[in-house]
Parts: sequence; structure tokens; C-alpha cells
Amino acid sequence: MIQRSLTLFGGLFVLILLMGWVMGAPFTSSRLVEAAAYALIALGLNIQWGYGGLFNFGIMGFLMVGGAAVTFISYPVNPVFWGSEGPAMLGRALLAFAGGALIVLAARKADRIGITGKWKAALTVLAWFVAYVLYRSQLDPAAAYIESAAGGGWVGGLGGHPILGWVFGGILAAGIAYVVGKICLGLRTDYLAIATIGISEIIRALIKNMDWLTRGTLTVSPIPWPTPLPQDFQAGGMNIATSLLAARAGYLLLALVVLGVVLWLISRAYAGPWGRMMRAIRDNHIAATSMGKNVTARQLEIFVFGSVLMGIGGAMLVSFVQIFDPSSYQPINHTFLIWVMVIVGGAGNNWGALFGAVLLWLIWVVSEPLSKAVFEFVSTWSTQFGWGAIPEIEARSAQMRVFVLGLVITIALRFAPKGLIPEVVKRES
Amino acid sequence: MTELIFFTNQVVISGLVLGCIYALGAIGITLVFGILRFAHFAHSELMTGGAFIAFLLASLFAAWGIVTPIPTGFVVLPIAMVLAAILALGIDKGFYAPLRKRGAKPVTLLIASIGVTLMIQGLIRLFFGAGSYSFFETEPKEVFRMDMTSIGSTRPLVITEPQVLMILVTLVSVLALHFFLTRSRLGKAMRAMADNADLAQVSGINTALVVRVTWIIAGALGCMAGTMLALDVTLKPDLAFNIILPIFAAAIVGGLGQAYGAIAGGLLIGFAETLAVFNWTMLLRPLNAILPDWMQLPPTLALVPTEYKLTVAFVILVVTLLVRPTGIFKGASS
Repeated sequence: MIQRSLTLFGGLFVLILLMGWVMGAPFTSSRLVEAAAYALIALGLNIQWGYGGLFNFGIMGFLMVGGAAVTFISYPVNPVFWGSEGPAMLGRALLAFAGGALIVLAARKADRIGITGKWKAALTVLAWFVAYVLYRSQLDPAAAYIESAAGGGWVGGLGGHPILGWVFGGILAAGIAYVVGKICLGLRTDYLAIATIGISEIIRALIKNMDWLTRGTLTVSPIPWPTPLPQDFQAGGMNIATSLLAARAGYLLLALVVLGVVLWLISRAYAGPWGRMMRAIRDNHIAATSMGKNVTARQLEIFVFGSVLMGIGGAMLVSFVQIFDPSSYQPINHTFLIWVMVIVGGAGNNWGALFGAVLLWLIWVVSEPLSKAVFEFVSTWSTQFGWGAIPEIEARSAQMRVFVLGLVITIALRFAPKGLIPEVVKRES
Repeated sequence: MTELIFFTNQVVISGLVLGCIYALGAIGITLVFGILRFAHFAHSELMTGGAFIAFLLASLFAAWGIVTPIPTGFVVLPIAMVLAAILALGIDKGFYAPLRKRGAKPVTLLIASIGVTLMIQGLIRLFFGAGSYSFFETEPKEVFRMDMTSIGSTRPLVITEPQVLMILVTLVSVLALHFFLTRSRLGKAMRAMADNADLAQVSGINTALVVRVTWIIAGALGCMAGTMLALDVTLKPDLAFNIILPIFAAAIVGGLGQAYGAIAGGLLIGFAETLAVFNWTMLLRPLNAILPDWMQLPPTLALVPTEYKLTVAFVILVVTLLVRPTGIFKGASS
């Protein structure tokens, strides 16, 4: 097993070297930083799916939450907004939200004063409606005002350190995961998958359209880096190519430190009593319940832990590319890709998830130039035969990576359903 | 009266059209879930793939110079449905059947269906690019404007020819499906297998045949839904991928495994989406004359802004899962 892992990781290392040689060091260094962030996200999913057997298909939502969080914390302060009436209006909207929540809570307790059955259900629906109208009546003018020139366009950031933003991304993702988990975790696997996809789509729609908070499709950039930027190195007299490499090496180092700490922590957790309990719940939750384990609470716990890693990973990705563009988030790139990483790597095994994340990310980025090369080769060949060239090679090869991703996952499910580095099941003799 | 006609144009017709498409898609999903017990995500690609097959056939017809009185998309629909059914059978044979034979869990099949989604999507984009196509490049899209001045409306009632045909075709196929499921031997076998697969097999039902018929129906209806959606709007590679979740919502709201529930759920989601974004001021404007000044209606009075239209379906989905996970028609429980 160890030998197999070492061989695979060795192969991966050779692949990275090969990629650096063919595609150039600047390209490869960028991809490696992203791979580190994706590895963190894959570890988050590995906790949820591999340790706990939870079917979270809403990864995209958590990545977006992390990205929005780091934007909010680390982007410079917008003085126009803070000097305008915007904060007061937002405060009123928040009060309206709290008031609405109170109304709904009160309606849910209506049975205390003797309203039960259908009347209570009707009252609850009415309370939701009133609360929604109340909230919208305060938020809509506030949003319109802030989005106008007088309100500063959007709320801006807080000007904090990006690392604080990563932490905040994790906290925010945890909060949302808690709510989502409370709602959905009672559902069976495929229902849970559909419900989480639905929730991630709701999160995407909100972040994309709440222009006053996230600037929506107008995008936010440049988001500061936690480590020195290439420009800082250039100011010190370094040439451009070296400065790019130096800056990315710094970022990669930071990402690897985070990854290393997380990996160490969750491996300890896996080996400890907590991990054993989680695997027991995953393999047979009825037996685990009969042993006195609170399955729902434990699953909620693991759902929140996994989502924290996804939030941090999403924040790392956004800080690295320096732009937060809600419309660039797609279920294929940000949910299914992560699932393929974990399944191909080996669900339940942290090293497997790590391996899968780096390998799949490299395959994902390489399949476009590779298929372009293949198409160009076929094109020249078919031209020689007089069949004409392939039109629009650029656009077509960009779409090939989706096909490659689908191919990889179907082959993996068929021939290596446990992944390349499967979970090691220890048995006491 | 103008307001009422406007309401009909904006809500009744577009809600019905959307509901029909959701319903046809949801029937396939719900049947596959009932028989094979897994959420089949690649249904969106059966729809998109079916629409592209129909588009290719329609282009062939146009190239051969065949002119048809109704839009060519509807003429080629039966052939496209047969081809899409074959495609669905092929996908099952190539990807799901080996996994089922191994005794894989429904979760594995679900992930496999996502893999199939990605592959077909990649192939469609490879051959057709990312642009959009229209069925009405060589022939005009006929729009019926019914004059409603006789009942005091300044606006006409607007409905396009594909929309009329779409509603008719949906009605006919739903009725056909109903008679198939309740009257024919095979339909009864399908319902028996959806109720209890083991019992059905023990009592001598050919389960392999039932599975094949399920895929044929799912593929054919998916192709129909996809083609009609493409006829109503435009044909693009992510045509159905974007609406697969509302379709799942329709299937779940109706009760997974219940064919009639899927129809009800589809119409419900379709109408909910159009009603939620409808600007009620347009309908209630005459009230402004009798309302006092401080209660005048604002210029826009929609429940949710237009950009959240698809979100409505997700909210309904989540609420259904919370309040009544078995759906309206008591489908498979969660």
C-alpha cells in the first residue's frame, strides 16, 4: 500500500516536472498554487464523504461564500459608503430581518395559545410572507441607494489582512453549513445531493445579484495577497520572470503550510476515537445509534468541519487570482471537479484525496492545450487528405476538458471504484 | 380587460409552456427513479442531445427542400425520439448496467450519471461549439395575435405556433402514457416493479425488459421536452443542464416515482416561477383609481426580482423536502 502510494506520488512529481518543462515555470507555478487550494477543498469533501458518508453536492456555494468573505475582509475600505446614509439604511434592513425572524418564530410557537393543526400551518405561511415583505421593504431601498453613486456603488471591504479573510471565509462557511445541515441532513443520500445543489444555486444567485454587497457581475479586483506581490519584488529591482516565480513561491509556501497543518489535524482526528466513531456512523448508522451515538449531531459536526475547509480553500483561490467574479462559478468546475478528485484519489484516505486533487487539477488544466495540439495535428493531416481543416480549434479544445473529466470519472467508477489510493481498513485480529 | 389579457400572456401561457416542459422532463426522471432507484442527472443531456438530434434532422429536411405546414421541428420529432431512445438504451448498457451488475449503491450510479452528463455535454460542445442555434432560421416562427377588442382589451392575446403545438403534444403524450401505465400489461409490470422490485421479479415479471422500456420512455420524453424547449427559446449546449434542478424539483414535489405526480409537480413549478416574477401592478393597476393616495401601487410589485426566477424552484424544492419529503402524491420517502 505504502509502496503504491509512493509510486503514484513519484509519478505525480515527474508529471509536474514534465509540465514545468513543457508549459514553462510561470504557468506551472500558478497551477501548483491552485492545486494546493483545491487539495484543501478536496480534503474538506473527504471529511464529509470519506469519513462521514455525507453527500454534499453544494461545494460551489461554500467556495463562493469563502471568496465573498475574503473580498469583504481584505478589500480596501470604501469611504463614500461609510460616509453616506448606507450603513444606517442597512442597519434598518438588519432590524427588519430580525423583526421578521421574530414573527416567524412566534408563529411557530402558536400552539402555545391554542392555535393548532391547519390554522397553525396557515399562520406560519402568513408569518413567512409578512417577514419577507418587511425585510424586502427595508432592503430594496437600501440596496438601490448603495448601488447609486451617492451610496458609493457597493459596501467595499474592511481593509483587513487576507489571512483574516481566509479565517472569516471558514467561519462564514461554517455558519452556512450549520443552517444547511440542520435543514438537510435528515434526508437520504440522493435527496441530500439534490437539496445541497439547490442550496448552492440559491447562494450563487444571491451573491451574483446582491450588487450592493458583492458587486455582483461587475467583479471586484484587485484583491490583495497575503504574501508579497510580484510588483513588490520588482520594486526591489528583480526582473519580471523571477519576481513572478518568487511571489508565487511565497504564496505556495503559505498554502502548503495551511495544507500541512490541516492534513496533520484531520489525520489525527481520523486515527482517533472521533474518526472511528465517524466511520462507524458511515458504515452503519443504525448500529451506531444503538451504541448510543447521536448520529444527527455528529453528522452536522462533520458537515460543518468539511465546509470550513471548503470556505478557506475558496478564499485562497480568490485571493490568489485577485478577482472575485461570481459569474465564473459553475457547478462543473467547482462541485463535480472536486467530487471526481476525491473519488479518483480515494475517498476516506487523506493522501488519496490529496493525490486526486493535484492530479485532476493538472489533468483539467492540461487537457485544453493537449486537445488543441491533437486537433491541430488531425487538422493538418485531414487538410493533406483534402478533407479540410477543423474549424474553431480554440473554442472546441476549451470544451474538451469537460469531456475528459466525465471520461475519467466513468472509467474510475468502473475499474477502480475505491480510488487509486484506497482507504486502509484496519482489522483487529 | 387589457390587464387580464396581459396576465394571460405573461402567466397563463408562459407558465403552461414551462410547466409542460418541466413535466415531460420530470416524468423521465421519476420513472427512472421508480424502477432503478437512483437520481439520474444525465437526463438533462438526454434532453439536450435529443434536441440536437431533432435539430440535425430538421436541417436535413431543410437541405432536401422538404417544406412542411407545421414547424419542421415537430415533424421530425418522432424520428428524433426513436434515436434518443436508442441513445438512452446505449448509455444504460455502456455505463449503468455494468455498475448495477456489480451491485453498486445508488450513490455510485448517481455519480456515474454525472460523469455521463459531463461526457455528453463535452461531446455536444465539441461538435456544435458553445453558440446557440434556432429551429427557425429557414422558416418563419408563426405568431398568432388574437384581437381582443371585442371584450374591451387594447392588447391582443399572443401565442406562437410552437407553443400551441407543444401544449397539444404534451397533452397527447401524457394521455398515451396514462393508458400505457394503466391498461397495458407492460405498463402494469412497470408499476409493479416501481412498487416492489423483488416481488415483481418473483412473480415472473421480466425485469430486464421493464428496465429497457423505462429507458425508452425516458429517452423519448426527454427528447420531446428538449426539442420543445429549443423550439420555444433557442438551442444551446447547456439548454437543459440549466433547468435540470427545477425538473428534479418538479419530480420531488410530485413525489419521486409517481408519474402523475411529476406532471402535477412540473405544472406547479412552472406556474410558481412565472407567478413569482410577475409584476402584479400590471394586473391591479385599475385599483389605483379607487385606492387613496397613500396606498397607490408601486411601479413594480413582484414577489421576487426577475433574476431570481430559477431560485423559486429551489426554494420550493427545499421547502418540500422539509415539510413533506414524500411530495404531493406520496412518492418514495426520503
